[in-house]
Amino acid sequence: MARAVTQQRKAVNTAIAWIIGLLIFFPIFWTILTSFKTEAQAIADPPLWFSFDWTLDNYVTVQERSNYFRHFWNSVVISVGSTVIGLIIAIPAAWSMAFVPGKQTRNVLMWMLSTKMLPPVGVLVPIYLIFRNVGLLDTKLGLIIVLTLINLPIIVWMLYTYFREIPNDILEAARMDGAGLWDEIVYVLTPMAVPGIASTLLLNIILAWNEAFWTLNLTAANAAPLTAFIASYSSPEGLFYAKLSAASTMAIAPILIMGWFSQKQLVRGLTFGAVK
Amino acid sequence: MTKTMRALLGATALSAVAFSASAQDNVTLTIATVNNGDMIRMQGLTDDFTSEHPNISLEWVTLEENVLRQRVTQDIATGGGQFDVMTIGNYEVPIWAKQDWLTPLENMPEGYDADDILPAIAGGLSVDGTLYAAPFYGESAMVMYRTDLAEKAGVEIPDQPTWTDIRNAAEAMTDKDNEVYGICLRGKAGWGENMAFLTAMANSYGARWFDMDWKAQFDSEEWKAALTDYLDMMDKYGPPGASSNGFNENLSLFQQGKCGMWIDATVAASFVTDEDDSTVADSVGFAQFPNKEGVDNHGNWLWSWNLAIPASTDAPEAAKEFVAWATSKGYTELVASEEGWAAAPPGTRTSLYENEKYQEAAPFAEMTLNSINAVDTNAPSVQEIPYTGAQFVAIPEFQGIGTAVGQQFSAALAGQVDAETALSNAQRSTQREIDRAGYGD
Repeated sequence: MARAVTQQRKAVNTAIAWIIGLLIFFPIFWTILTSFKTEAQAIADPPLWFSFDWTLDNYVTVQERSNYFRHFWNSVVISVGSTVIGLIIAIPAAWSMAFVPGKQTRNVLMWMLSTKMLPPVGVLVPIYLIFRNVGLLDTKLGLIIVLTLINLPIIVWMLYTYFREIPNDILEAARMDGAGLWDEIVYVLTPMAVPGIASTLLLNIILAWNEAFWTLNLTAANAAPLTAFIASYSSPEGLFYAKLSAASTMAIAPILIMGWFSQKQLVRGLTFGAVK
Repeated sequence: MTKTMRALLGATALSAVAFSASAQDNVTLTIATVNNGDMIRMQGLTDDFTSEHPNISLEWVTLEENVLRQRVTQDIATGGGQFDVMTIGNYEVPIWAKQDWLTPLENMPEGYDADDILPAIAGGLSVDGTLYAAPFYGESAMVMYRTDLAEKAGVEIPDQPTWTDIRNAAEAMTDKDNEVYGICLRGKAGWGENMAFLTAMANSYGARWFDMDWKAQFDSEEWKAALTDYLDMMDKYGPPGASSNGFNENLSLFQQGKCGMWIDATVAASFVTDEDDSTVADSVGFAQFPNKEGVDNHGNWLWSWNLAIPASTDAPEAAKEFVAWATSKGYTELVASEEGWAAAPPGTRTSLYENEKYQEAAPFAEMTLNSINAVDTNAPSVQEIPYTGAQFVAIPEFQGIGTAVGQQFSAALAGQVDAETALSNAQRSTQREIDRAGYGD
């Protein structure tokens, strides 16, 4: 009886998980489907599911109108660059807070998190003026700096959480074996925290890839990533849904593929604390 | 100094001069523009410009209207200098020109023929007689209606209808059982969304935003009549969920045959008569923006997308060359030769409307011209006013004020507040903002 209940509950949970998963995926599915319609089919009422003349015209138009690969390359450089620099800064910071906490560690952590509570538009003009004066407007370096600073609190917090799960005894044993600080972080701590570091890295690449406030406001023609590429296909006058869907599909495809292949690592890292 | 040393120094100096000359000659213009059909078409035709100006290369930054407005405003206000040419509306031009943010378009290249620009359009882009932006395309507003539905319902829509004509036609054409709604109008909140339409409608009712002492006028009988009629018409003959409908939503409804009439920007005419996208392309008629009986005002809706040169550019001459090319009669002919006369950017030049080939290709040409010519941006209301504008008030604060009022009217359309409350809230918020800005002092 108990087994039957368990089976039933498992089936219900699975069904709920599938429904939630499909609901979350539906907008992406609809975007991809719309990208193969004509503009007239994209606005048809009732909506067309699969019975329409599939076309690649929108992809051709987008490719002709925009330099997709330049935007793509900018996105790669900006998201990977900001994440790697963020990790280089955050790993020692998180180590010190996790293993050598001081009286103010918690306050420092909260202060770092509080910087995320300010609406970005509140500091847009000062940052724009600073960037103008130092010549960083519309440069990949400028965006790497901004996105590193924006995501740093999240990176530090995630790594801090993972590092806290690692028993201090292991690090002490390494010290007794003569490991210095560098060896301790590089050869002992980092390998043990690889799932956590990997998931932090992946999550931050996704966050930086999708960031659409600073990337739109601080770029023009040279450093504009895929977010600017998508923004160029929206219009308040005229039909644009099919072309916008094609542009969006092209913009999210790389990160979707990356997420798909690294999902095990991502899930393992995100549930690191829970299963330990 | 040895001969060799002299020769070396001489060669270095010559190289430096040659390098700096070449750097001056080769210019890259960064152009911020809006995503619409005419602008995208221009991007595809720029080989014509670059082949004539091999030293000038073009970089495009194409953005959605609201994002573009925010980006270029931020850049020009801070002197960022990221753009050499900006696409801006006729709302921004006089405000920015007065701030000395724009380069005056004097001494345009020979043959530009600035006198050919439609007077109503040129007036909205000039300050003290000087042109500060060149119009790329212009639009007013008009009635687009289904000739087949009108015939079936036994109503006739005159070329210059009154609001009573419109209401009667909407009633006759409405067939809610078959999802046909007599009238589709903007309801989505925003200074450029529902407030563009409602300001024009209020103008045609004889209303004004402010009196000569900058006192808000939402407590006037004219505003009350305009808003009440709008809400009543939309409630009885409009589509469901109209408070979320802007230009694109109504375009979509009209193209699918669900609207008997749609009153909106004249640029929509080319979309609803496009046989590829519109199911009703062959049965669309046009009429002028309505007026209230006894009020000689057809809304005064005027919008143009214009190319302007920010004062912060370091290549003003090259930018002027480009602006002159893109807004010239020659460019119109280039579009016509490549894509047909119907694709020519409308609403800017008198010569286009005198062209028989264009009149033949664009059945809406005459009504568009009549609508634009009926506009007076210096007197959008029949009453005395302290501002200029059209379906907007040309002051920097209008974006915020207009959107706040638009939210009230959109809420009224959604049935969340009644007309009186919406008007009273609009009156209070507008007066507060205008007092804060010091207009009445």
